[in-house]
Amino acid sequence: MTATKPVTIRGPVYVVGDDIDTDQIIPAQYLNLVPTIPEEYKKLGSYALSGLPAEYPPFVPKGGMESPFRLVIAGRNFGCGSSREHAPIALGAAGIEAVVALSYARIFFRNAIATGELYPLECGERLTDVWATGDEAELDLQAELIRHVKSGRAFPLKPLGAARPVVEAGGLFAYARKTGMIAARTP
Amino acid sequence: MGMTLTEKILARAAGQSAVKPGDNVWIAVDILLSHDICGPGTIGIFQREFGKDARVWDREKVVLLPDHYIFTKDDKAHRNVDILRAFAKEQRLPYFYDPGTRRYQGVCHVALPQAGHVRPGEVIFGTDSHTCTHGAFGAFASGIGNTDAGFILGTGKLLVKVPETLRFTLRGVKPDYIMAKDMILKIIGDIGVEGANYCAMEFNGDAVSALSLDERMTLCNMAVEAGAKNGIMAPDDTVLDYVRKRTHKAFEPVFGDPGATVAREYTTDVSRLEPCVAEPHSPAKFALARERTNVKIDRVYIGSCTGGKLTDFVAAATILKRRKVKVDTFLVPATQEIADALATPRSGGQSLVEIFQAAGCLDIAPPSCAACLGGPVDTFGRTQAREVVVSTTNRNFIGRMGSKDAPIYLASPLTAAASAVTGHITDPREFL
Ligand code: SF4
Repeated sequence: MTATKPVTIRGPVYVVGDDIDTDQIIPAQYLNLVPTIPEEYKKLGSYALSGLPAEYPPFVPKGGMESPFRLVIAGRNFGCGSSREHAPIALGAAGIEAVVALSYARIFFRNAIATGELYPLECGERLTDVWATGDEAELDLQAELIRHVKSGRAFPLKPLGAARPVVEAGGLFAYARKTGMIAARTP
Repeated sequence: MGMTLTEKILARAAGQSAVKPGDNVWIAVDILLSHDICGPGTIGIFQREFGKDARVWDREKVVLLPDHYIFTKDDKAHRNVDILRAFAKEQRLPYFYDPGTRRYQGVCHVALPQAGHVRPGEVIFGTDSHTCTHGAFGAFASGIGNTDAGFILGTGKLLVKVPETLRFTLRGVKPDYIMAKDMILKIIGDIGVEGANYCAMEFNGDAVSALSLDERMTLCNMAVEAGAKNGIMAPDDTVLDYVRKRTHKAFEPVFGDPGATVAREYTTDVSRLEPCVAEPHSPAKFALARERTNVKIDRVYIGSCTGGKLTDFVAAATILKRRKVKVDTFLVPATQEIADALATPRSGGQSLVEIFQAAGCLDIAPPSCAACLGGPVDTFGRTQAREVVVSTTNRNFIGRMGSKDAPIYLASPLTAAASAVTGHITDPREFL
């Protein structure tokens, strides 16, 4: 959920194309699962990206609950479609720490920030041509760079802008508490 | 410098004299809408963050309209409605429209204005992307996730970035074979699924004023399919009369300033439009119906917040009257009010239900989202295999109506009905 994320994230990536909609990220038949119920949160992870066409390799191994991948690399308009927060949550529950895409649909971007489930990062270059599923990536959030580990090629990420303080605080609630919009938690 | 309609509503809600695109402002919320899919998670976040005994910020401003998974045997779906019911009771919420009771309404975006919760100039957030529908009444309305909604439940506020406005002017006289669905599919086809990302889509022009409210809702409803934050249009007498009849609250309409700057402007001459479809798997994959007559179909689906309003069924009936359908034709009215209207005899003495029955359509389903988003396996109209569908809904993504193998063509109710009669994609002009 809103645990502070490390500054560098390294691991194998899963590559998807353009216009990956929320029905592909988490098919509607699983929306009966409620993300704030811990077992159902995990179950959502096990169904993450299960709506992709059959040509894609499995994201979560059959019968497994988590994905072996740490990052998703995507094309344009990632997360278009529904406002279901189940989408960033399913990816986060599956173990994804960041998505790096050419661009995002608005609601997915907002939900990723508000939940603190994952970093929705943008890169101006088409990284889907550089990475293949399974290649390692190293993401440096401080330097705002993503590196293709085998080739050593590095690509700059776009700054998060106004969303950055919200991400840094750990999501919308943490940000609102920090800035005094709502009362700090009583211990 | 003037402000657009969207900017003016946001400035008022932020308590500021002015805002400009890109500003991040905390705004006061007038209505928070949620349903059975996102409500339970929203409630979970509200309780986790504000404590088990917390009260919602304003009971009058929370509207719970379960609609997605209603007529199913799925246990969890029922559990989710139970969560809403318990919360409504605990918080003594006056606007919980409980399934199985006479208060049940149906699809939230059609029900919200019908039940009197949409007013011009107000700010509406909903845990559903098609919340943008309510811009048809001159409100700022946008879809959000559970975390944002949980925050609103506790505070009545949300941090938003003021969007740039894109202005779409629709001119000319609409031929009777053209519907709002054709207009919006054309616009999305032109600008693409990201064409309005993060922006407000403002519709105006004589062709918009000439539309019925149902049709205006169709335009705003699909703004999110171009990525927009909200769809909006200035409220006119048609809107004000409708709203005054339904709401018991005072409201103050807002209008954009004449000199306001917009990021981009587009003009469409509706008199030149032709009936169209959006091909699988994108609402932006525009094609003319008359150029796709080679596509054989297995079923037609008329329903949802986009294409399940009374106007949509009236249009379908103009084609289906005294004709027979060749494929399975599923009809799902969006709300109970519409279902009741379908069963009422019309001027010709016949009810729409009778027309559809005589045409050989399947029995009309009770109002809900049904197969618009697939849903549990036993959902009415859900695709289970490689059925080719012509649908009046809003999304044709892979697997949207259930099966990943079922290609979906989006179309107006006229085009859908004409296609039902022939068994392939058909331009409704063949029958009008
Ligand atoms: S009818 Fe379809 S698009 Fe509309 S709210 Fe229901 S599922 Fe969403």
